[in-house]
Amino acid sequence: MSETDRRPASNLPPLSLHIPEPRYRPGDTPDFGDIAVPAVDATPRPSEATKPDAMRDLCYGLVRVLDFDGQAKGQWDPKLSPERLRTMLRYMMLVRAFDDRMFRAQRQGKTSFYMKCTGEEATSVASTMALDRGDMCFPSYRQQGILIARDYPLIQMMNQIYSNRGDHLMGRQLPIMYSAPEHGFFSVSGNLATQYPQAVGWAMASASKGDSRIATVWCGEGSSAEGDFHSALTFATVYNAPVIFNVVNNQWAISSFSGFAGGERTTFAARAVGYGIAGLRIDGNDPLAVYAATQWAADRARTNNGPTLIEHFTYRSEGHSTSDDPTAYRPAEEPTIWPFGDPIARLRGHLETLAEWDGERHEAQRIELEDLVKTTQKQSEKLGILGHGMHQPFETMFQDVFEDMPWHLQEQCTQMLAEQEAKFGPDWKPE
Amino acid sequence: MSTDTQTATKTMNMIEAINSAMDVMLERDSNVVVMGEDVGFFGGVFRATAGLQKKHGKTRVFDTPINECGIIGVAVGMGAYGLRPVPEIQFADYIYPGLDQLVSEAARLRYRSAADFICPMTVRTPFGGGIFGGQTHSQSPESIMTHICGVKTVIPSNPYDAKGLLIAAIEDNDPVVFLEPKRIYNGPFSGYYDRPVEPWSKHAASAVPEDYYRIELGKAATVREGEALTILAYGTMVHVTKTIVEEIGIDAEIIDLRTLLPLDIDSIETSVKKTGRCLVIHEATRTSGFGAELAALVQERCFYHLEAPVERVTGFDTPYPHSLEWAYFPGPVRIATALTKILKD
Repeated sequence: MSETDRRPASNLPPLSLHIPEPRYRPGDTPDFGDIAVPAVDATPRPSEATKPDAMRDLCYGLVRVLDFDGQAKGQWDPKLSPERLRTMLRYMMLVRAFDDRMFRAQRQGKTSFYMKCTGEEATSVASTMALDRGDMCFPSYRQQGILIARDYPLIQMMNQIYSNRGDHLMGRQLPIMYSAPEHGFFSVSGNLATQYPQAVGWAMASASKGDSRIATVWCGEGSSAEGDFHSALTFATVYNAPVIFNVVNNQWAISSFSGFAGGERTTFAARAVGYGIAGLRIDGNDPLAVYAATQWAADRARTNNGPTLIEHFTYRSEGHSTSDDPTAYRPAEEPTIWPFGDPIARLRGHLETLAEWDGERHEAQRIELEDLVKTTQKQSEKLGILGHGMHQPFETMFQDVFEDMPWHLQEQCTQMLAEQEAKFGPDWKPE
Repeated sequence: MSTDTQTATKTMNMIEAINSAMDVMLERDSNVVVMGEDVGFFGGVFRATAGLQKKHGKTRVFDTPINECGIIGVAVGMGAYGLRPVPEIQFADYIYPGLDQLVSEAARLRYRSAADFICPMTVRTPFGGGIFGGQTHSQSPESIMTHICGVKTVIPSNPYDAKGLLIAAIEDNDPVVFLEPKRIYNGPFSGYYDRPVEPWSKHAASAVPEDYYRIELGKAATVREGEALTILAYGTMVHVTKTIVEEIGIDAEIIDLRTLLPLDIDSIETSVKKTGRCLVIHEATRTSGFGAELAALVQERCFYHLEAPVERVTGFDTPYPHSLEWAYFPGPVRIATALTKILKD
C-alpha cells in the first residue's frame, strides 16, 4: 500500500482487538448483583400463536414462576397438581443422586468419564415432563434428566457408563452417550450441536407425514456458536418446523465463559429474533418456568405455529466433566451465590409452602433414591466395569459399520481375531 | 444385466436416467424425499429433478436453503424418523460444509447406536471437471468419501448403470454418496475436448428400462475384455480410457469399478492375475487419491502375478485450473504415455 492509499492522518486511536474476559477469576470475590431478577409475575404470557415479532421482549426478559419464598405466581404458572410436582421433584432428586454416584464411580476408576448436570436438573426433567411421550428428544450430553423423566432403566444407563456386557451399545461410545429410541431419546453424538439440524429434519419429517409428534433439542450456550446451530434455525424458520430449541446457558463451556459465544452482546434467546422464530428467555433454575415455557412451545409447534428457541438461564455448578477442575478458571464460590438458587431446593420449597411436602419426607426420599442408585449400581457392576476384563466379543468392533459386513471389514476382523488369539490364547471368552 | 425383459426401454441420457430413478423411487416408496438447492420447481441446475416436484408434490421434492450442513444434517434427522432422504449437493465441491454431518453423524449413526438409529440417505452430487467449472465446480472428492468408515461411494459411468445403481443406493439402509460425473451427463466423453460430443443415444447403455430395476452395489463391470493389461477406471475416465485404448489398438481389459466402497476386489484380482499388468486411472488429484488404494490392493494381492509396476494416471496435485483445464485433465497423451510405459517390458 502506498502512502497515498492511506486515509488522511487523523487523531483516531489505533484499532484494538477485544478478547472477552469473565469478570471473576479464582481469587476474586464474585458478585452477581447486576444480574437482573425480574419479578415472577412481571412477564405476560402471550398466546401460543403470537407472531415472533410481537413477542421480542421475551427474548430479553426472564420468564419466572416460582419466587424465592416458594410461591408460584403470574400468567406462566402451569398450575401443576401436587402429585405432578412431587413426581418432578423425585425425578430431579434421582438425577442428582445418580450423578453423585456415577461421578464417584469415575473417581474410583470404574469408568473413564462422567458429566454431572448439578444445578441444571430442571432444564431437562421439567422440560421432558411438559412434552408428550412420543415427542423426540435430541439431547446434547448433559440431559440425563430426559431419560430419568421417561423412566428409562437406571441400570441401562450405568451399563453404558461402564461399557460392560449389559451395555447395548457394546462399549462403542464414551460414557453418558446413551441411545434410547423406545424412550424418544436420540443417540448422543459427542460432537457439538450436530443434533440441532437433525432435530429439525425429524420435525420436518413428522410434519410432512401429518404426524402429531414434535422434536426437541438441547445444546449449551457455548455450542450455539457452531454453524450447525445456525443451519438448524435457518431450516426451522424456512419450513416452520415443529421443533423446540433449548439453549442451556449455564455460563460456562469447559473453561470459556459465555462471552466467547457472544454472551457479552446480547442474550442467547435473542438469536431467535434474526431468524423470525419465537424466543423465550427463562429462569432455568425454576422448574415451573421450564415446564411452562416448554408447554407453550410444544403447543405452538403442535398447532403449526412453528419453532421456539428457549434460553434456559442457569449455572453449571460443577466442572464440565470429570476431566476439568473448575476452581482453576473461576471462583469456587460462584455456584453458591448464583442469584436463582438451586432447582431442587426451589421446588421443594414450593411444595412445602403448599403444605404438600416436608423435611422429613424429603430426607426419606433422598435416602430412598440414594439406596436405589446404590443397589442398581451393584447390579450393574456385576456385569462388569470399564478396564477390568473384556466385556464385548471382539468381532462386535466390526459390526454395524454397515448393515452387512463388506469383505474388507471381514478381512480386518479375521486379522484382529488372530491378533487376540495370539495374545490371549484360543480359549479366551469375554467375561 | 438384471433387467426385466418385459419392461419397455427408452433412450435416456444420464440426467434422464437419474431423474427416472428418483421418479420410480418416489412412486414406490412414500418415505423417499428429494431435496436440495434449486431441485424443486426449477428441477435442479443440471435438470436431474425436472418435473419431480410437479408429479410428486412439494413435500416430497423441495428446495432447501444454501446450507450443506443443514441439508445433510436435516437428512440425518429425517432418516432417524423413518424417511429415506435423497439430498442433492449442487456440486461435489460444495459438500465440505456438510462433511461433519456426513463423517461424524451419518456414517457413524448405525455404529454408535448399535443400529438403534440408521441413516438410509443417498447424497447425490455432480463431480469432476471438463466443463470449464474452475476450481470450485470441478473437484473429484471420492477418496475423501472412501476414507470415511460407514459411507458407501458409488460412481456410475452410463445411463443404464446410473439408474440401477441409484435405485439400489436409495434402497440401501446405509448412507451412500452417489457421485455423478457431470462431464458425461449428456454424452460419453472421448477425452478429445476439441471433437464434437457424441450423444448418449448412440451408446448401447442409453437404452434404459422405464420401470424399476437395480444394480447391486459393490459390483464392477468389465466394459472391455482383454489380455494385455487391466485398466481400473470409473466415471468419465471409463470412456476416455476406452477411446484411447481402441485408438492405439491395445488389448486392454477395462474394469469400470462403479462402486468404490465396498470395492469389487474379486473382479480386480481375477483380471490382474490374468493380465499381469495394472493401470489405474482417475481424474482426481494424485496424492492420497483412490488410485493409491487400488495400487496398494493390487500389489498386496497380485504381486507375484505382476510383470510391471502398477501405474497411475491421475489429475495433478493442483486446484482444478480454469483456463488450463485440459492441461490438468488426464487425457489421451497422459494415458497413452502410461500405456507405453507399462507395456514396454
